[in-house]
Amino acid sequence: MSQNKVDQYRRQFLAQASAVAGLSIAPGVILNTVHAKPADQAASDKNRWGLLIDANKCASNCNKCVTACHVENGVVPAGKINYKTDAQWIRKVKLTDRQTGHVQTIPMMCQHCANPPCVDVCPTNASMKREDGVVLVDKHACIGCRYCMMACPYNARSYIHEETTEQKYPRGKGTVESCTLCVHRIDDPNGPIDPACVEACNAEGHKANPF
Amino acid sequence: MKTPRYTEIEGRSPGFFALMAVLIAIIGAGVISAFIMHGEGHIITGMTNRIVWGTPHVFAVFLIVAASGALNVASIASVFGRTVYKPLSPLSMVLSMTILAGGLVILILDLGRPEHLLDVPLTQFLYNTMPERWTHSVFGWNFILYTGFMFIVGIYLWFTLVKRHNKYAKTASMVAFLWRLALTTGTGLIFGFLVAREAYDAAILAPMFVVLSFAYGLALFCLVLIPAYAWTGRELGDVIVNRLRKLLGIFVAAALYFVIILNLTNFYSAAKADGIQNFLLFGGNSYSQAFWIGQILLGTLAPLALTLLPGFKSRGALIIASLLVVIGGLSQMYVTIIGGQAFPMDMFPGKIVESVIGDGAIAEYSASLYEILLGLSGIAITLFLAVFAMNVLRILPESLADKDIDPHHSA
Repeated sequence: MSQNKVDQYRRQFLAQASAVAGLSIAPGVILNTVHAKPADQAASDKNRWGLLIDANKCASNCNKCVTACHVENGVVPAGKINYKTDAQWIRKVKLTDRQTGHVQTIPMMCQHCANPPCVDVCPTNASMKREDGVVLVDKHACIGCRYCMMACPYNARSYIHEETTEQKYPRGKGTVESCTLCVHRIDDPNGPIDPACVEACNAEGHKANPF
Repeated sequence: MKTPRYTEIEGRSPGFFALMAVLIAIIGAGVISAFIMHGEGHIITGMTNRIVWGTPHVFAVFLIVAASGALNVASIASVFGRTVYKPLSPLSMVLSMTILAGGLVILILDLGRPEHLLDVPLTQFLYNTMPERWTHSVFGWNFILYTGFMFIVGIYLWFTLVKRHNKYAKTASMVAFLWRLALTTGTGLIFGFLVAREAYDAAILAPMFVVLSFAYGLALFCLVLIPAYAWTGRELGDVIVNRLRKLLGIFVAAALYFVIILNLTNFYSAAKADGIQNFLLFGGNSYSQAFWIGQILLGTLAPLALTLLPGFKSRGALIIASLLVVIGGLSQMYVTIIGGQAFPMDMFPGKIVESVIGDGAIAEYSASLYEILLGLSGIAITLFLAVFAMNVLRILPESLADKDIDPHHSA
């Protein structure tokens, strides 16, 4: 058997193994066709939304998902960029393996956890999980205590430190917000649309985010 | 033992008005700071998306913990039958309520949207009759514990002050004692149940907060009692002062025991030893300084010496020891609350994590003047309300001279 053939087998094996791994790390995720939900109908647990990210395809020099998210949702800093206090619904994270030195980048945002700690700790039920798995903050009920930010294991939430500008969807100074999984696109009357980050990623040809 | 005669403190002297004026000025500065913070947003504070709880929380949690501890003097007298403390019970109750009020005002004014508290139907989440709808939030449970504490201690005070209700005071004191244990446990669990962060995620934080509360509350109690007697010309005997001194020493020692156990536990875990423990204790940063100098040296060892060594018998020594316990308590809260957030979470074990928002790096924090003023105003609110209560209610015995409180005392 030639070396090329071995490589080919190896590639096939790895591709199959990663497909199996991908399915097994996302239990309960059934990818099916979802039809539009009428606007007056509440979200149901028939569909459980989630996001799969193929970290191997995420290009280190690409920031398109972040830009797309923040443009889509009007998450722009009021003044000069200040990474410490600006809202970051999604960010790129660079991971370097301590032993092998292998470097990867991944987009990091709210993981829309099955058992979200932010929802557990919220004293006013402003942090909530919809029946379809989308974790959201009700800005009218949020008292801005930031307990959810203390509880989130992914630093995925941002506190609105100052007056917001160019709002597209309700945002409010003094409340907490995070990735909504582009819930306005999911609830689109004509049927669910991919979130802005997924769309941008696919357009870029990386296809890191099958939704 | 004679039944003590309780009287109001006289509220017309220039000293009284000067004290109240100073306290009102500090409260005003804190409230103005809170309004500016509310108007401009937290952008003007030192808080960020990484350090979400800043200096106001250091003061607020310290006061809330101390509040339940201040009730101890009443509990010791009533629940544990040490009658020598009985005359101090009303002051102990009032102080526990005013300290809690001071802490809660800070907490509420530091919220991003305090006005939303009025919109949230608390009944729907907190007092719902359907158990499946009860909140999972430890903070939510604490809402019940705080309001319940005010209510129960208020009733306890009423039963104690009104003679015909005295017979119910014992029962009320037992309920109040159990409630204060629950309250401090709840406060400790706000941190203890935060599994995401290495600095917390430890059930021992709950009993540790209970024991810390004994020391912090008694220190604040001494800091109010001794000046109140000195400035109103009332007699405060050595018997009570020495009892309080020894009690404070024992509480500080017990708190040290819990601090040692917590730190040993964290050192035993290899991941925590190299990470959070090394950072907080040996990081050469403001947190390690606050721990060793503030919490251990000034807040624990010095008060232990001042309270338990035979050479220090003066009131001044007890005042200094109490002040040092307060400084140690604020240092401890600074290390626990801000230090615990500054250290990055281990989001991807085995990987070095980097990002524009500083994942994997130590978060920086420097307190703004607004935060410090808001925090100090909580202490001022506590003292203002306490002095006001002493002025309108008969809670302070006319004399705590040895012959009045100790039946076996011989002059």
